[in-house]
Amino acid sequence: MYTALIAILFLAFTGILLGCVIGFVAKIFAVKSDPRIEEVAEMLPGANCGGCGKAGCIDLARAIVMGEISPGACPVSSSDTVAKIASFLGVDAGSSEKKVAVILCGGNKSSTEHGPIYNGILDCVSAMIVAGGPKGCLHGCLGFASCARACPFHAIEIIDGLAFVHNELCVGCGKCVETCPRHLIKLVPATAEVHVYCNSPEKGNEKKKFCSVSCIACRKCMKSVGEGQISMEGFLARINYSNPPDGGIVEKAACPTGCLRKNILPAGKKLKEKDAA
Amino acid sequence: MSKDYLVITIGAILVNNFVLSKILGICPFLGTSKRLDTAIGMGGALIFVMAMASFVTAVLFNLFLVKPLMIAGQVYDLAFLQLLLFILVIAALVQILEIMLQKLSQPLYRALGIYLPLITTNCAVLGVATLNAKQGYGILQSTIYGTCSGIGFAFALILFASLRERLELAKVPKPFQGMAIALITAGILAMAFIGFSGLC
Repeated sequence: MYTALIAILFLAFTGILLGCVIGFVAKIFAVKSDPRIEEVAEMLPGANCGGCGKAGCIDLARAIVMGEISPGACPVSSSDTVAKIASFLGVDAGSSEKKVAVILCGGNKSSTEHGPIYNGILDCVSAMIVAGGPKGCLHGCLGFASCARACPFHAIEIIDGLAFVHNELCVGCGKCVETCPRHLIKLVPATAEVHVYCNSPEKGNEKKKFCSVSCIACRKCMKSVGEGQISMEGFLARINYSNPPDGGIVEKAACPTGCLRKNILPAGKKLKEKDAA
Repeated sequence: MSKDYLVITIGAILVNNFVLSKILGICPFLGTSKRLDTAIGMGGALIFVMAMASFVTAVLFNLFLVKPLMIAGQVYDLAFLQLLLFILVIAALVQILEIMLQKLSQPLYRALGIYLPLITTNCAVLGVATLNAKQGYGILQSTIYGTCSGIGFAFALILFASLRERLELAKVPKPFQGMAIALITAGILAMAFIGFSGLC
């Protein structure tokens, strides 16, 4: 009987004592933090993608509240979210153009000759070290999904041995860019509709031997657009992304290899559902 | 005497490893082992918390619970309170540590911060306190045992995380992908640790 009473008293006393100690410690060691930081962090996407260059959303929130960075620095937030944060803090929103990643290669399994058979680790960097990868082209997409694994938003899918960017999921954080050992991924303005899907600096003749969708430097596209919208870089046509041509150019230029095209999903593939990320 | 401590140390780290032979703390072992840096963070937090918890619970156990308490001439045996008291004290201790860390050492707080609340009521932490009591260790022995158990846990966790990072790139058959192959790997790792069993 008394043992139970003693036990209850003992535990109650311990609990109260510990509670007091925690309260006391919390008082002494209180860290003064700006309550706005937490509220701004709430409004940010919370994906911690690092696209802004900060270590996660909380860190960006701190920088925004401190005024080091404008709210527009988050590439993921919609303009509504940015405006909300800006009005909450009473600062100028700052502008950031929406960007998406584009993979400058069009050579999938059916349009590219195959080189050596590669049976190693399924990773682009490893494949490239061994023998230049499984495809004939030494500059094209390897198709081992290093970029797709790096994407926090699951916006890149490997379709028929070629990386494809789902534009509606891509937020332009740029995480994929450095993962590509062939440097095929570029961040471009989302308003640009047409891209030259080739990045090989070799001569047109050489490229055509192993790839049916390469840029053969015929200059047809360059002649069909306005001044400075497409320029030649060696044997490669390049879109000038500060002044990109509109979608109509695809028909006008009639690229003989189909290298100049829009970012269209191959037939028989579905658009991805926008997931929680 | 010093030989005893050596036996405790090697026993806790290798022979009776907390995860791989006592099967305690499997949740963080599987949950935080996907990437090496989270595993290192979790391992650090566990060493820290297990050492502190061992020390504090050993002090309390040896003061109040190890022999019947004399209050006003009457004898009360409170040994049955062990589990309850340990949970209460460990939870409060981790709270206090977290608050203090936030003020005193920002880098350490950022490294351990997320993991500390996660392991407040982890069975490995409670397990080390209970085992200390069961084996009748003194305060110093308990602290050493707690620290070394934490080191053993971190060791297993980091090994396992390195293995899993490699697995990411391996060709794994469809039905085994994800958690299935992780559990198989953990089993093989545990079998490898049986090799230490004759050590002490």
